[in-house]
Amino acid sequence: MNLVTVSGPPSSGKTSVILKTIDAIKMKGLKVGVVKFDCLYTDDDELYRKAGVPVRKGLSGSLCPDHYFVSNIEEVVNWGINQELDMLITESAGLCNRCSPYIKDIVSVCVIDNLSGINTPKKIGPMLKTADIVVITKGDIVSQAEREVFASRVNSVNPKAVIIHVNGLTGQGAFEFSTLLRDKKNEIETVKGKELRFPMPSALCSYCLGETRIGDDYQMGNVRKIELGDEDDK
Amino acid sequence: MKMINREKIVSKKIADLRSEYPFVDSFFEDNKLDLESIGDMSFREYLNSYTLEEIDEWAIDTEKLEEDLAEYISQMVEFLGLEKDKVESLTILAGVNKSGETESFGEFTIKRSEIVSIVGPTGSGKSRLLADIEWAADGDTPTKRRILVNGETPDKSNRFSTSNKLVAQLSQNMNFVMDLTVREFLELHAKSRLVENVEEMVQRIVEAANELAGEKFSLDTAVTGLSGGQSRALMIADTAILSTSPIVLIDEIENAGIDRKKALDVLVNEEKIVLMATHDPSLALMADRRIVIKNGGIKSIIETGPEEKARLSELEAIDKLVSEMRTKLRNGETVGI
Repeated sequence: MNLVTVSGPPSSGKTSVILKTIDAIKMKGLKVGVVKFDCLYTDDDELYRKAGVPVRKGLSGSLCPDHYFVSNIEEVVNWGINQELDMLITESAGLCNRCSPYIKDIVSVCVIDNLSGINTPKKIGPMLKTADIVVITKGDIVSQAEREVFASRVNSVNPKAVIIHVNGLTGQGAFEFSTLLRDKKNEIETVKGKELRFPMPSALCSYCLGETRIGDDYQMGNVRKIELGDEDDK
Repeated sequence: MKMINREKIVSKKIADLRSEYPFVDSFFEDNKLDLESIGDMSFREYLNSYTLEEIDEWAIDTEKLEEDLAEYISQMVEFLGLEKDKVESLTILAGVNKSGETESFGEFTIKRSEIVSIVGPTGSGKSRLLADIEWAADGDTPTKRRILVNGETPDKSNRFSTSNKLVAQLSQNMNFVMDLTVREFLELHAKSRLVENVEEMVQRIVEAANELAGEKFSLDTAVTGLSGGQSRALMIADTAILSTSPIVLIDEIENAGIDRKKALDVLVNEEKIVLMATHDPSLALMADRRIVIKNGGIKSIIETGPEEKARLSELEAIDKLVSEMRTKLRNGETVGI
């Protein structure tokens, strides 16, 4: 089975891109399944089900979604293998724009959209910078010049990535994208023992442990303070 | 691609790197590297100056940054060394339609400065044809078509290159989401294309755009304040003059507020190959030839003959009449006979 990890900011068009891409992969007679990760709510699993795609969803609730992803990916891969999938796609929202549940030697895709502003590539951390493929969506809404500027910004923060434009509504580009995902050489039986491409943020403070009161007295562990200073008064 | 030695790059003083490859500034800037504090350091020394805490805090991957910098410089050096406008012709080799029947045209070649229109009902496969060209299909798309450039199979690296794309696509929507003036916008675009004489380019584009647009605008106008016609005019002039892509795909140019004949002239004068999907008779007939699409395949290719060109003059007279009426209505006049 091939495993593909897709992440990207909320509403960047991940689900639409995946659905259109699955159409193209199915044309080759391959069986594809999806596991959707989210935080509080998603009904994207219904969309996949309607499209006849085997799907499972996982809601992380009060846990950091990417920590939740890593703690579950092994079981998720086993599910895919039991379903006899040729390809399993995991979809997760990069809710703080930093992390990426990308695994070494597993195809990783970051989906971002042209509407998110030209400085967005700067704001997104390893989720964009360590992806193998960056899919840029909503190109039909902006001008050719803006597409070029945006893609060049992405290129400067991740020059090694393949950058591809896909339209999640019409599917333009989805076929081409699909050709990049499957590689017999990268078939896996398990992800046990594999490594993440980038560490998750370290944070263990009193609020992680359920503290709700505000104030110095209640703060313990990994706490960092904002620098407010008097710069404006100078 | 000319390989740039990573060791050499990362051990060079950053000041020297910047004078040798001025474009690296955008790499440093987009990766939030603070050029002020670098002083006399090399890139590696600079990366090593981060504390472990900073690396953790800002999610910095120093190994990847070194790799990326070398890759970025290689790409840019290659892009700058390219001979521009070397595409003389584009050839489409027949594939199959949705029923799997072979397209009958064999092969079809379009030369520089030629305009070809694409006609056919919605959903017939116009977008697929445009996508085949954009991807430089090599028998590996659902239509099995092949695309040749100058009679040869083009280099696959063009498929993914951000700076060296074969095709620029003018979409129907030409909205702007950036909050910038026309000048700032064009400067930004020119810089991302590594243009040297930015100011001159900007002037040329605005002049060309104002030739096309019904109402004039200035460099200090905000792009979000442009009318539909003005935005279209600006984008067409920008693509014609600034984009290095030799092939332009157009998905219908809307009629309102823009001189479409001039727009096509601007593109063709920059020696581009223009393909235009359209339902509009005047646009379709302006092309030298038109591709007719049916059931996902190219059904026929029709030359625009003298009789059709005569009909085009009729259409242009009608268009002129309509546009005069529009002006009168706008000015509060009546349009009775």
